[in-house]
Amino acid sequence: MNSFATKFSPTDADIELRRAQEIAEEEGMSDVMWGSEAGFGNLVNGHAFNIPSVPDPSSFLRLHTDDHADPNCKIKIQHGTTTLAFRFQGGVIVAVDSRATAGSYIASGTVKKVIEINPYLLGTMAGGAADCQYWETYLGIQCRLHELRNKERISVAAASKYLSNLVYGYKGMGLSMGTMICGWDKTGPAVFYVDSDGTRLKGDLFSVGSGSTFAYGVLDQGYRWDLTDAEAQELGRRSIYAAGHRDAFSGNTCNLYHVKEDGWKFIGNYDITKMHYDGPGEVAGAPGGGYGYDVRTQGRFSALAPTVPA
Amino acid sequence: MPDMSVLAGPQQHQFNPYAENGGTILAIAGADFTVVAGDTRQSEGYSIQTRYAPKVFRLTDRAVLAVNGFAADGNMFVKKVKQRLEWYRHAHAKDMPLRAIARLIQTMLYAQRFFPYYVYNILGGIEEDGSGAVYSFDPVGSYEREACRAAGAAQSLVQPFLDNQIYFKNQTAAPGQSHPTHLPLSDVLSIVIDSFTSATERHIEVGDGLEIYIVLAKGRSLQGVEGLRGLREMSSREDGERVFVLQRELKKD
Repeated sequence: MNSFATKFSPTDADIELRRAQEIAEEEGMSDVMWGSEAGFGNLVNGHAFNIPSVPDPSSFLRLHTDDHADPNCKIKIQHGTTTLAFRFQGGVIVAVDSRATAGSYIASGTVKKVIEINPYLLGTMAGGAADCQYWETYLGIQCRLHELRNKERISVAAASKYLSNLVYGYKGMGLSMGTMICGWDKTGPAVFYVDSDGTRLKGDLFSVGSGSTFAYGVLDQGYRWDLTDAEAQELGRRSIYAAGHRDAFSGNTCNLYHVKEDGWKFIGNYDITKMHYDGPGEVAGAPGGGYGYDVRTQGRFSALAPTVPA
Repeated sequence: MPDMSVLAGPQQHQFNPYAENGGTILAIAGADFTVVAGDTRQSEGYSIQTRYAPKVFRLTDRAVLAVNGFAADGNMFVKKVKQRLEWYRHAHAKDMPLRAIARLIQTMLYAQRFFPYYVYNILGGIEEDGSGAVYSFDPVGSYEREACRAAGAAQSLVQPFLDNQIYFKNQTAAPGQSHPTHLPLSDVLSIVIDSFTSATERHIEVGDGLEIYIVLAKGRSLQGVEGLRGLREMSSREDGERVFVLQRELKKD
């Protein structure tokens, strides 16, 4: 009733309360932290990220985190990857390796580089692992909200554009991500390439990461629109194997996903060394035998060719 | 006349709020237990600042957090995680589940994406289904559930040993036999202690003391911890998950 008056005649309690709120805000605490907000409370009300108080925050970040320019910098962000995704008659194939490197050290050989945004959408991880994990989880939240508001699943085009607009808002601040948003919507199978520069491309076939050139080599020579499901899965596996074999920053294992009309399905995890010597095992589309070892050692190319008894 | 020549060239200043305080942490998950360990030496350059600075902390009766990197950031981070877990307790009248703590740590680390905590975190404990779990994080919050993980100064010495002894990497099982998926607690404790005595021998930033936290699933017997010298219980109740600490000496030179 009398808000104007009370505003200019604060009681001691009011002052105390306001001071407490100011302190809480400075400390980066807000009411949403008491609840869960799905763990993304820090993004509500534009209350976002803590920035160092220096003239150029992004050069501060680069100074301490960029391991290409300075191998001795303290905070090492995981890098190095091969990821691929392609569209074909039977849906979308998504295949990735599982190696994370920090400088020349293999920080992990079991990274999940396919991020399951929701049952119809997959994202791939290249560049900063945390950037991809965090923003694609956040994208999942926004996609669910879209569903609730519109009683309809979000299209792959809209989801990928949400992400590209989001990262564009942070352009120049040091985010690093190269991702493919893959899924199936009203228009059928769809693949979009989105990166932290703000690039967003629609396409049939993409490969991202340090091993992408090697993957493209195999992918391009084997790709057709009318590939069968088994052939397409084999092509994804074989391409990641090629990258794992020739790119030092890629390797360990291959994770393979297939997106169809009823959502994505995890096909399998394949050891790249095993694929070299023995092949991927009893799986549809595999020709049988190793991808690399036999062709080099059974006579034709290798100096170690077995001597044929007379 | 004072020497003014230094003012002739451009003056460069940079803001360097980070230090590297050495040490190593490690965690291994079993079928129904998790072990989280860290040495207690804190150093800067070649100087030892203290021989007892804990790097492993009990968060709840089923979660233990190990932090490594810049000690000041690490201590602040643990303080803030504990605060958020207390708020959760007041709001929901229960302890936060382990996988939720893992996601909380991700968002707390990522909130500092442009001014990172220089801290490598390893979270260990018991999942809601009763299984042992280890989550490892990078400084800006990317994380993954694993069976074992070493981090810190001697990471590159310890992790290959763990790969060999826990994952049986580069080992071939005897014909007709297979490697176990989970090791018993007594074996895991031996591997942890051997890891740290060996890292102490070959890394100058590791040593002084070893603190091992053991988290046991609800209803699990005390097999493997019974009779251990100097075992201390840290948990608040005996009918839930239980947390124990074991302290051992490491070489001090």
